[in-house]
Amino acid sequence: MPSDLELIFQGSNLGRLLGGLWVSVWIALVSMGASVVLGLPFGVVMTSKNRLVKLLCRCYLEFVRIMPQLVLLFLVFFDLTKVAGLNLSGEFAAVVVFTIWGTAEMGDLVRGSITSIPRHQFETARALGMSPAQVQRHVILPLAVRQLLPQTVNLTTRMIKTTSLVVLIGVVEVLKVAQQIIDANRFQYPSAALWIYGVVFFLYFIVCFPISWLSRRLEARWQIS
Amino acid sequence: MDWSVISSSIPVYGEAALLTLRIGVIGIIASALVGLLCAAVQSFRIPVLRQIVAVYIELSRNTPLLVQLFFLYFGLPKVGVVWPSEVCAIVGLTFLGGSYMAEAFRSGLDSVHPIQLQSALALGMSTPTAFRHVLAPQAFAIAAPALTANVIFLIKETSVVSVVALPDLVYVAKEQIGTDYDTSEALLLLVAFYLLLLLPISLGANWLERKVRSNAFGS
Repeated sequence: MPSDLELIFQGSNLGRLLGGLWVSVWIALVSMGASVVLGLPFGVVMTSKNRLVKLLCRCYLEFVRIMPQLVLLFLVFFDLTKVAGLNLSGEFAAVVVFTIWGTAEMGDLVRGSITSIPRHQFETARALGMSPAQVQRHVILPLAVRQLLPQTVNLTTRMIKTTSLVVLIGVVEVLKVAQQIIDANRFQYPSAALWIYGVVFFLYFIVCFPISWLSRRLEARWQIS
Repeated sequence: MDWSVISSSIPVYGEAALLTLRIGVIGIIASALVGLLCAAVQSFRIPVLRQIVAVYIELSRNTPLLVQLFFLYFGLPKVGVVWPSEVCAIVGLTFLGGSYMAEAFRSGLDSVHPIQLQSALALGMSTPTAFRHVLAPQAFAIAAPALTANVIFLIKETSVVSVVALPDLVYVAKEQIGTDYDTSEALLLLVAFYLLLLLPISLGANWLERKVRSNAFGS
């Protein structure tokens, strides 16, 4: 039975699996990039004192957080296409949804890192004779980045794990490829499902583990004591 | 938007929501037990078990639930382990949730300074009394936000159980879109039912967090 593992190394099976994994990782990286770009200004907006702005940001954040990501995917993939008469590809819908989700999460991280900086940091720097711009550049920004970077790296692993959902809106990624390999070899390798899905499990682990490890290292190193 | 379609579909969605809730609640309780056990193993530094727990936590946290479910439902039967769909979903959710709960409990326990225990013992409390009245309330207050976040996270994660052939909310909505083409109605119901499930939990979590905090710090 363990011989069924050899199916992975037949033909281009391993290459196809890796190609499938790359599809969801690619969606995750593009969405993550867009989320950082949009999330940074959104986080700054969230610290606004204006009540209406605060309320709007809060509603957006809470809705996106409460809804399962799969439901958000369905909303864009099925409804937007029908209502607006668009014909979106699964990949494009996925990037849109994960950017909407990622921007909310990223914005909240940015807001958290800004508000967590004690006021006295700002006041001390001013008292030492720095201009407000210098304070931002040399005091506030480094402090905020040290808190933000590990969390952003961590969000990336969450993004990669979440993009596995795209198989459910018909994107051909690693799980779909795995299914195809298993189905095509059903008679020669009856227990292939165990090994192929096992390999997919470890592929995800191999991608996500180093990133979460990096996130923890950065956090431990930069902890403000 | 056809309101008669919506009103006639409500019972189907209600049933599906109950399934989602049942899997979620059982999965969360099981996750909390697994998490408590893992946190205890790590806090008391039990050899061998501690390494096993560490490996489990890394495996569970760095893989998606969807892939875990595929392995449980389609992979394991090949070695003779056949579980019904619902058992698969609950085992999968527990495998995922256990590690998240463990991290939450551990961060709570780690944050209570050893001096607290030493002081309580010096005041003449027994270890169980000290744990119950001194350590546990403080640890819980620290862990509360992470625990409630995990509860919401795990209920959201149940949205993928339709891949193991369970008629949950997503399954019902997809069915309605596929067979009747009532896309907008199905999605409205889907969103409404998830809001109905999760909004009270989210608000309750905020309330609990404030309450536990004020109990712990007396402010």
